[in-house]
Amino acid sequence: MTANSVFQIIIYFAVIVILAKPLGLYMARVYENQPARMGRFLGPLERLFYKLCGINPEEEMGWKQYALSVIVFSAVGVLAVYLIQRIQGALFFNPQKFPAATPDLSFNTAVSFVTNTNWQNYGGENTLAYFTQMAALTVQNFVSAATGMAVLVALIRGFKRNSATTIGNFWADLTRGVIYILMPLSVILALALVPMGVIQSMGKYKTVKLIQAFTYDNPELDAHGNTVLDAKGSTVTEKAQMAEQTIPMGPVASQEAVKMLGTNGGGFFNVNSAHPFENPTPLSNLLETLAILLIPSALCLTFGEMANDRRQGWALLVAMLVVLVPLTFLCAHLEQGGNPHFASAGINQAASSLQSGGNMEGKETRFGITDSAIWATWTTAASNGSVNSMHDSFTPLGGLIPMLLIQLGEVIFGGVGSGLYGMIIFAIITVFVAGLMVGRTPEYLGKKIEMYEMKMAAFVVLIVNALIKIGTAIAVSTKAGLAGISNPGPHGFSEVLYAFSSFADNNGSAFAGLNGNTPFYNVMGGIIMFLGRFWVIIPVLAIAGSLAKKKHVPAGLGTLPTHTPLFVVFLIGVIIIVGALTFMPALALGPVADYLMH
Amino acid sequence: MRMLRNAVMSLVVLTIITGIIYPLVITGIAQAVFPARANGSIIVKNGTPVGSEFIGQQFDNPKYFWGRPSATTPYPYNGLSSSGSNMGTNNPALMTAVRARIAALHAADPGNTGKIPVDLVTASASGLDPEISPAAAEYQAARVARVRGLDVSQVNSLIQANTQDRLFGIFGAPRVNVLKLNLAMDELKK
Repeated sequence: MTANSVFQIIIYFAVIVILAKPLGLYMARVYENQPARMGRFLGPLERLFYKLCGINPEEEMGWKQYALSVIVFSAVGVLAVYLIQRIQGALFFNPQKFPAATPDLSFNTAVSFVTNTNWQNYGGENTLAYFTQMAALTVQNFVSAATGMAVLVALIRGFKRNSATTIGNFWADLTRGVIYILMPLSVILALALVPMGVIQSMGKYKTVKLIQAFTYDNPELDAHGNTVLDAKGSTVTEKAQMAEQTIPMGPVASQEAVKMLGTNGGGFFNVNSAHPFENPTPLSNLLETLAILLIPSALCLTFGEMANDRRQGWALLVAMLVVLVPLTFLCAHLEQGGNPHFASAGINQAASSLQSGGNMEGKETRFGITDSAIWATWTTAASNGSVNSMHDSFTPLGGLIPMLLIQLGEVIFGGVGSGLYGMIIFAIITVFVAGLMVGRTPEYLGKKIEMYEMKMAAFVVLIVNALIKIGTAIAVSTKAGLAGISNPGPHGFSEVLYAFSSFADNNGSAFAGLNGNTPFYNVMGGIIMFLGRFWVIIPVLAIAGSLAKKKHVPAGLGTLPTHTPLFVVFLIGVIIIVGALTFMPALALGPVADYLMH
Repeated sequence: MRMLRNAVMSLVVLTIITGIIYPLVITGIAQAVFPARANGSIIVKNGTPVGSEFIGQQFDNPKYFWGRPSATTPYPYNGLSSSGSNMGTNNPALMTAVRARIAALHAADPGNTGKIPVDLVTASASGLDPEISPAAAEYQAARVARVRGLDVSQVNSLIQANTQDRLFGIFGAPRVNVLKLNLAMDELKK
């Protein structure tokens, strides 16, 4: 690893830690309905919203009503995103005249965006109309993120309230998340990105005249648009000349901003933030990378503030950092090591002042190794899932790290809201395990953790694990599943394992060689993303409801303090045992076998 | 029923706010304040748009600097279909492709026995990478100079002029914009 690499990684993390506190405290005020100065500007908009929608923000909901509201709102969202894609050909803001997306792709994309997964089976620049990008995808980037944050806040209220039957109002939490948090941050980030070169245009694609025309082998297509094969099975091609280039356009900056801030990650373009129009410079890359962890890290401190014990928030943030910091360094180190097959071919992979060197297949020159590795680890730690390099082309062990970060359950930062409620579930399991060891009733934040909470917490952890393994097993034992694989050997298995990890944990990144735009992956993926999101949200809200009913018990001599280094270590241990250990056999078949083949 | 109405109305109103007003306001500001950037940073030469500063182009003529190999289909640097190769490091097809690229570089410049910078033989993530490392530019400098009948020092100074160091000396990686450099080479000839 280079000195620059070390230095960059330290700065990236330092900025995140510095920004976490002010934003975290601000968000706590928003959800406690005292957004101070911002309230004066945006309060009228909030009140207008309630009036238009016939919502009474003061009306409290029990956990079942809260959960039902989340599900109904999400179902309406899936329907809307599906319909918009299916009729985009007849709508406005479609200068390229894209026809309707296929039904299975539309279904997958709809579930993908509503569940905050943002798995991308569509190639934005050749499939989706601007209207779809804006009114379907950008909207879900906001509301799916705000939904995750709302569920988190409801869970925090469960700890906070004493003998209560309600956990807040979903519509108010949703609205506040969008209006006071995501919207102002997105406006700032979008306007910062445009002068760096991120496009923001409603116009048609442009055509430019190349300064050097070139010839290429164009595959011949039959009447159905399939490639023609010769007797030997290779593609029949004809020489063709290209003298022009099409430059895609679109309202990119506005979508890019919220895509990064809301841990969404679904790109405007096929290659996501590796596309120069989504992420043109090292500075745009810095801002977009920071935006990945900004809200998830700040929410830890929101949690501490709302729970009236800031140390609790810091403890969770520190636990997340203790896992992510070393993995970020390790990933950068492994990718800098390069491709061992290249050594004998006369290729220079050494880092110098003139090149970043390392494993550059699937990476952009302006990001080099370090910025690609930071993005890859952060986007998978948080359930962002955007990419600025192609994870499929990482070295076997370098690519194992992003996959492992997803499989840890998206609790090391994780999605906005969803990551922290997942982490709190792990904290509950940790106090339970600790309680078993010393033979006392476990407590967390002054609430007794009993059978009901433990059942729900265990369900949350098991369901996601099971979805990944069952999904992968089905895919690798069916023809339709195997058909999507693009790399031979164990790496092909890694592609499938990564995909189902990404579906179930709602991450959305991919080993993108896997051809996911087939009915099999579109439908399977859609179902698994749906279960991975809502079969977690429902038990989490059930825990919130059950905790709210309980009385606070004052901390006694037998209470395990949950803000100490000891607890942090214990928590990390539980996460690693549950997350990493259960995936060991699968990882051995994929990336580890791939590594050993060198 | 009330819940369904709340859900539908919330989505409709939030769609108007975040899906229509927000992107259009950002578009309005971007178009008014940063029109060149918002519209793709198009480079115009003699009144004809010849490319975008941020979107790479295919160069295979020895008189031009070549950019990163591009994995877009059916032809390289296809602006309508950004894509990486997605090949794993152990994929034999990757080695085959890399060997073909090495052979092409050697064929264009048989005398050059130096080690080839890795970014010159590996496909970029987007297939549209506008840049190469300064090492990759330097590797090609002698060839371009010879084909154009120029002095290597002239070529090198143009490389320098089109090189961007890391931001604040820290962020990103050093890089050379291939299209701008090639346009500068063409200018020089006059």
